[in-house]
Amino acid sequence: MEQIPVTMTVNGKKVQRFVEPRTLLIHFLREDLNLTGPHIGCETSHCGACTVDMNGMSVKSCTLFAAQANNAELTTIEGMANADGTLSALQEGFRQMHGLQCGFCTPGMITRAHTLLQENPDPTEEEIRFGIAGNLCRCTGYQNIVKAIQYAAAKLNGRDYQEAAE
Amino acid sequence: MIPGEFIYHRPSSVSEAVSLLVSHGDEARPLAGGHSLIPMMKLRMAAPEHLIDLSGVADLKGIQEVGDTIVIGAMTTQHELVNSDLLIAKLPIIRETSLMIADPQIRYMGTIGGNLANGDPGNDMPGLMQCLNAVYVLAGPDGERDVAARDFYEAAYFTALAPEELVTAVKIPTPPSGHGFAYEKLKRKVGDYATAAAAVLVTMSGDTVSSCSVALTNVADTPLYAAEASEILNGSTLDADTVKRAVAAAEAITMPAADGRGPAEYRTKMAGVMLERALARAAERAKG
Ligand SMILES: Cc1cc2nc3c(=O)[nH]c(=O)nc-3n(C[C@H](O)[C@H](O)[C@H](O)COP(=O)(O)OP(=O)(O)OC[C@H]3O[C@@H](n4cnc5c(N)ncnc54)[C@H](O)[C@@H]3O)c2cc1C
Ligand code: FES
Ligand code: FES
Repeated sequence: MEQIPVTMTVNGKKVQRFVEPRTLLIHFLREDLNLTGPHIGCETSHCGACTVDMNGMSVKSCTLFAAQANNAELTTIEGMANADGTLSALQEGFRQMHGLQCGFCTPGMITRAHTLLQENPDPTEEEIRFGIAGNLCRCTGYQNIVKAIQYAAAKLNGRDYQEAAE
Repeated sequence: MIPGEFIYHRPSSVSEAVSLLVSHGDEARPLAGGHSLIPMMKLRMAAPEHLIDLSGVADLKGIQEVGDTIVIGAMTTQHELVNSDLLIAKLPIIRETSLMIADPQIRYMGTIGGNLANGDPGNDMPGLMQCLNAVYVLAGPDGERDVAARDFYEAAYFTALAPEELVTAVKIPTPPSGHGFAYEKLKRKVGDYATAAAAVLVTMSGDTVSSCSVALTNVADTPLYAAEASEILNGSTLDADTVKRAVAAAEAITMPAADGRGPAEYRTKMAGVMLERALARAAERAKG
């Protein structure tokens, strides 16, 4: 089958490969680039486990051909840590607030939350819930995921995280 | 689930895209945001041999006001519709409806042209465009032609679009300032298609309706412009009896299929409920 060249910048590194046009971006990331943080959790474009950032947009990499990401700038969970290797505010939030149980949805959650906070640096709880509506979690009931994102937003805005009174 | 093999094309102009469609005929499909087409390809329910990615066609992007019309390029994403200042000022029902489509990730990719051309009765934009009396601009080998949204849909996945044609834009008459609007959508969960949905656009002079238009989503093979219901409401004061008659007229044209969202009778009733809610909210907004 025909192979076409794709070039993209993934987590700051330029990569160039030949792919079959039908290669989905998730398979390209996991199998060609060995970035196994983005997961495949469904067959219906619903779960968001495969979420990566493409040019400042959160996208479901299971519903995109690698060819569509030609010349794009991509960030996966592997690119989410601070430049010096320490945990980003979001990663720290997920750890501090126990924003995960099995962890399967976590790479997609953090990557989505990262883009959400770029667009809306200080979201309300409702805006957080609406903003992560494309990411499903089987384990947590979302409460601690929301807290983790609130924790990160507080930290990035120079505040201490205060848990809302029940 | 991996799609079948295809040849990938990335034209940079409408005419180049149309000539690719002409040379490959039924074997070719345009690719917009891919969020209806790629899931179908993964299921092998669609297996185009040539995929024509429209994302490099700059002419298909952008939202403009041209006289008393708003023109939206086919490749404008749902995310861009949500965030357009022009639409928020002139046609806020587009933002309200777009926010009810799927989830953020899908709205970043999904386009208005794809949503309109797809022909899935579950898509939300076609009903809205019928309510707004929009016109689709189609480009083919013989140039451009206009088709009204109210004439475009023939059956599920069948539209007036010929295989070698593209939707390039949608033209929407700008409603008068002070118009009331609402899109009410019943769904089972976030990201779901409508169990039933209703779009309403209304203008009032005092307590009297001076113009009204109603359309329904996902309660038949095609979106439904509810002409009789619109007529009944027009000129009324939206008194309880008139609203009841309009709701009955709207319910009467529905022909939903029973599916996971419920039995047909239920979906018909819900179309009526959505219409009643949308009307109340639209009238409220029209009165300011
Ligand atoms: C999980 C999920 C939930 C969803 N929920 C909703 C929902 O609630 N409401 C809703 O309305 N939609 C929903 N969608 C669909 C989504 O909005 C799609 O993005 C949209 O229906 C199609 O737009 P697209 O740009 O992705 O088109 P594509 O998938 O690229 O194309 C769809 C079809 O239209 C054709 N096409 C595309 N552009 C053109 C053009 N310019 N001219 C001619 N033909 C063209 C293609 O060949 C294809 O046949 C959902 C999708 C998913 C995956
Ligand atoms: S794997 Fe992509 S949305 Fe579920
Ligand atoms: S932590 Fe298990 S799916 Fe979210």
